[in-house]
Amino acid sequence: MNANASLIPKLVALAIVACVPLSGESFYIEMVGKVLVMAIFAMSLDLLVGFTGLVSFGHAAYFGIAAYAVAILSPEYEAASLWYVLPASVGLSALAAFVIGLFVLRTKGIYFIMVTLAFAQMAYFIFHDTPLGGGSDGKYLNNKPSASIFGWEPFDLTNEVHMFYFVLAVLVLVYLFLARVLQSPFGRVLVGIKSNEHRMQSLGYYTFRYKLGAFTLAGALGGLAGFLYAVLSGFVTPELLSWHESGNVLLMVILGGMGNLAGAIAGAFAFEAMREIFADITKYWQLLMGGVIVAVVLFLPGGLAGVPGRIKRALQGGDAK
Amino acid sequence: MSVTTKNEVLLQADKLTRRFGGLVANQDISVTLERQMIHVLLGPNGAGKSTCINMLSGDLPPSEGRIHYLGRDITALTAAQRSQVGIGRSYQRTNIFPQFTVLENVRLAAQSRRQQPWRLFSKAMEQKWALEKARACIEEAGLGKRVDWVSGVLSHGEQRQLEIAMVLATDAQVLLLDEPLAGMGSEESASMVEVLKRLRQTRGILLVEHDMDAVFAVADMITVMVNGQLLECGPPAQIKASVAVQQAYLGTEDSFHV
Repeated sequence: MNANASLIPKLVALAIVACVPLSGESFYIEMVGKVLVMAIFAMSLDLLVGFTGLVSFGHAAYFGIAAYAVAILSPEYEAASLWYVLPASVGLSALAAFVIGLFVLRTKGIYFIMVTLAFAQMAYFIFHDTPLGGGSDGKYLNNKPSASIFGWEPFDLTNEVHMFYFVLAVLVLVYLFLARVLQSPFGRVLVGIKSNEHRMQSLGYYTFRYKLGAFTLAGALGGLAGFLYAVLSGFVTPELLSWHESGNVLLMVILGGMGNLAGAIAGAFAFEAMREIFADITKYWQLLMGGVIVAVVLFLPGGLAGVPGRIKRALQGGDAK
Repeated sequence: MSVTTKNEVLLQADKLTRRFGGLVANQDISVTLERQMIHVLLGPNGAGKSTCINMLSGDLPPSEGRIHYLGRDITALTAAQRSQVGIGRSYQRTNIFPQFTVLENVRLAAQSRRQQPWRLFSKAMEQKWALEKARACIEEAGLGKRVDWVSGVLSHGEQRQLEIAMVLATDAQVLLLDEPLAGMGSEESASMVEVLKRLRQTRGILLVEHDMDAVFAVADMITVMVNGQLLECGPPAQIKASVAVQQAYLGTEDSFHV
């Protein structure tokens, strides 16, 4: 809604993240890079959960399909072209989401949650148990894709700093893209479907088509995140498609505040930061994490995205609701 | 645009029957709606009025019977398809998008007439035709002063007016209105009656209503239902004089003040 008022904090946050490579510490560059990838993943899920009202519990499938696609499509002894493997892997995730969407979008509520989970488990076992995926050990990406265009190389993904900024640029583009889409007639229909799908139908909307469009788009963008993850980490495992991952990304969206793109990014950062901090304190870090999630749901229904508004209202001492 | 002719039959339902398991909620109900006419479905609670309107709007498939719109058989069409051919409805329980402004509620309704889901990069708020239409429909429903209000904070009566504005924005020729006066004060009720009379000039309205004063103030034709059956159908004077109707209402909680 009020995009301009909150632009400055967003730009400040972007500038801080953009400074990370200046540290020169590979560990931090890779760690923050992975968080950025998860932030893209969380935004793609938020399109479904927060804006369309579709709680998908199998979103890791589209992340994993694209990640495996890069590893499988890349030749063993030379680098694949980025301009081939990127669209191919994202396209495969989009295709999978389209086909799965044709089935799952006929269900609603708890059934939708379970059926999306079931399809994701099927995808998990395809990569876990067939020769395609290399079993439970996963698969190495021997050579990172090359960005070369007719011999000219604008950037080099084997360079960790280049890779970091590539991921950051993709994040900004995905954010701007989704923000724009949500302003479009298509986006307004999605928000209407979340609010009251039955009413949208009685207004003459064929809501299934819109939901399928959203599901496919979310799958493609989830695939984009999976592609970046595979290139960044250099290997893929079936665990990328597991229901734990689907659950984690859902928690990021809830933590950040559903229906808010910047919130999804903040949720990814908060989730990964807590994971690091709590794992340092105790091996039972998941207990602490669970406690925080419960607290957020109880005391911050709007998630992290709702915090600035709360502070503002507290400072004004206002009685506005 | 279709030419507006008086007494043109818009909607014709023939012998609609709906069963829920062993319960017959509607049996052999036939209703005809003409343009420039307000046809009221009347009956005590549980008479099957909502079931009937749900079958007409496509929210509920009939077990038997056919529905024709401008001569075309629409029995198999979904609710969304019926909206697209020209049948709009409002609901008994207020059914708006409460977090949207009045304008956005109606704009979204108008947008349903030109769906272009592939245009991801155009801005919804820059579609002039939809905004203009929305403003005109808000005006027509008598809600001009509330255009920029968040609809959730409107009074109950205003929310019902908003519902009507949304239906108008879909170019509906047939308005199926389920208790548009329910829960309204007498002032709100009177202004809604004026709105309905104005809308009748170019459209056909099928109304489910309990408020007897309002019913006889606006009705051109009344169909009385009792226990899922059609009891009597005719102009208001005939219904007032009907012994059968009076008997049906005696002994029920809805006493018949006329």
